[in-house]
Amino acid sequence: MGLHYDRDTCNGCMLCPKVCNFDAIEKDGDKVKFDLDKCVLCGSCEEVCPVDAIKIERKIIDEAQIAEYHDVWVFCETHEGRLRSIGLELVTKGRELADTLGEKLVAILIGHEIEGLAEKLIHQGADKVLVVDKPILEKFTTDAYTIALTSLIAPRKPAVVLLGATSNGRDFSPRVAARMGLGLTADCTGLEIDENRQLIQTRPAFGGNIIAEILSPYTRPQMATVRPNVFKPSELDTSRTGEIEKVDIEISPVQVRTQVLERVKEGIEGMKSVEEADIVVCSGRGIKDPSNLELPKQLAGLLDAAIGGSRPIVDLGWLPPTQQVGQSGRTICPKLYFALGISGAVQHAAGMSSSEIIVAINKDPDAPIFEISDFGIVGDLFQVIPELIKEIEKVYSER
Amino acid sequence: MKIIVPIKQVPEVAEVKVDQDTGTLIREGVPSILNPFDEIAVEEAIQLRDAHGGEVIVMTMGPPQAKDAIWKALAMGADSAVHLTDPKFAGADTWATAYTLAKQIQKMGEFDLVICGKQAIDGDTAQVGPELAEFLGIPQICYVRKVEISEDGKHISAHRTTDEGYEVIRAKLPVLLTADKGLNEPRLPNIMGIMKAKKKSLEDVDADALGAPENEIGLMGSPTTVRKTYPPESRKGGIKIDAEDPKEAAKQLVEFLTKKGAI
Repeated sequence: MGLHYDRDTCNGCMLCPKVCNFDAIEKDGDKVKFDLDKCVLCGSCEEVCPVDAIKIERKIIDEAQIAEYHDVWVFCETHEGRLRSIGLELVTKGRELADTLGEKLVAILIGHEIEGLAEKLIHQGADKVLVVDKPILEKFTTDAYTIALTSLIAPRKPAVVLLGATSNGRDFSPRVAARMGLGLTADCTGLEIDENRQLIQTRPAFGGNIIAEILSPYTRPQMATVRPNVFKPSELDTSRTGEIEKVDIEISPVQVRTQVLERVKEGIEGMKSVEEADIVVCSGRGIKDPSNLELPKQLAGLLDAAIGGSRPIVDLGWLPPTQQVGQSGRTICPKLYFALGISGAVQHAAGMSSSEIIVAINKDPDAPIFEISDFGIVGDLFQVIPELIKEIEKVYSER
Repeated sequence: MKIIVPIKQVPEVAEVKVDQDTGTLIREGVPSILNPFDEIAVEEAIQLRDAHGGEVIVMTMGPPQAKDAIWKALAMGADSAVHLTDPKFAGADTWATAYTLAKQIQKMGEFDLVICGKQAIDGDTAQVGPELAEFLGIPQICYVRKVEISEDGKHISAHRTTDEGYEVIRAKLPVLLTADKGLNEPRLPNIMGIMKAKKKSLEDVDADALGAPENEIGLMGSPTTVRKTYPPESRKGGIKIDAEDPKEAAKQLVEFLTKKGAI
């Protein structure tokens, strides 16, 4: 099985126990020993070993088969007839990857009465748009979307398929991966092409404590879901041209085994979602009373920001679950994040620490949130925010 | 109803630290726990069994020490457990994990529900549930916050969390659910539960007993591989000022944000 350790070759340098993330290697005399119950065969030790004493048995790559797959595909999710912003982000990033590979960028539109959105995707950077437009695809269902995407992939053989790490993207992409025997990496925050033309899929794990780079070396397409708001869309180029192809895919109602009876909106009326907004104003326990949320709402309204909440205030029902930021809620990376009366526990930080700029206002000078804030104000948020609103209004009026 | 709950033992992520010299996780002293979303799944299964009759079978794939997670689920009230344990399962990614779980479930006869946690807090992929549903050939309802079984016991309707709120979804059993926060408040095992757990059936299954081909399990069955791991760029605290004069503090902040082009 898996790991082979050649004790005679080992020079006892003790590098491998240092790089093991799983506490599976320990000193054994002047050499080491492995605890295979803890080992997950990640290969860190193999890479660091200067004398090749550690070998991990891996699958063999079928180069000829992999060479049959070309082009970068991005699934551009629609919602109630409009594009989600993640679609434009994926086209922008996908363009870069396709250029590196010297291949085409194909955008995928699945839904009903959405063909009109295709042109925008070409202006954003797609060479081609594949459109599957059917009444049965109007509302997202796992089964119908899985059939649509697998039916597109199978005959056309793309090398890369990217989807947004949205509720729907993360719901049906594993289904596609399982059905087609493909590797899938969740919630990526970085994507690059390596020297072997493979997609390096970078993602945080262990609550953001570690970053892992994942490859899918053996199968094509290489699939990944991508965290919204990480890659910013480029400027639209309305002079770009491209091909739009309508594809008819047979989906029978009996193949769709779930039925959407009702859709309920819980977000805050007229405000962006926390994932999509460039600025998020997030409140914690320091806000004290739900009626006090008017203050952050006023600030958010001024900045065209979304309103977020930490776990405690969402658990209290002061804000709907859609607005919860943190490990058990949403993971976001806006350009600007306000933490108001939030202490900044690890679980909260896991959901927002990759924000570009973090501003914290908290009474407690020792609150952990200040350790990750670019600008911290120690003080009473009920005094600071009204002043902040006045200052911003002043700056805006001078522009 | 026969309800199967796949569970995972995870490190208490909030207590994991990174060794800044080597860039690796410090695992010493970090407790292993039953994945919190799996606790919700176990609780829901127990409540449904108590309301509709039947049995709850928990299963895990993992090293011998993962038994602690099984004991917890049994002490909460699950009826029996299966432990898929073999060094040959090591290195499995989500695909190989789901495949292995599916192989075992397919040997266990007909069932009504599979309930998973929506994701494990160590990997945070949320992929094993849907992949398992696909291997089992059954529909899925992900990120579920509320579950109702129809009077005839043949259908389910559930509230599925979406980016905008939730949707109400109906399907015919068997179905795989993934449990989101808010579905229930998992119980703490009491002394009686812990005593009873020791008498419940717990079956160990290795790769041979499972009968899965070796190129479909563990690292050999995994289409993904880890290229490398490293600690994130650690964020450092920047400017920190006192708001003795709130107006002055607000002014400084706005200057900072304007300079950064953030507003």
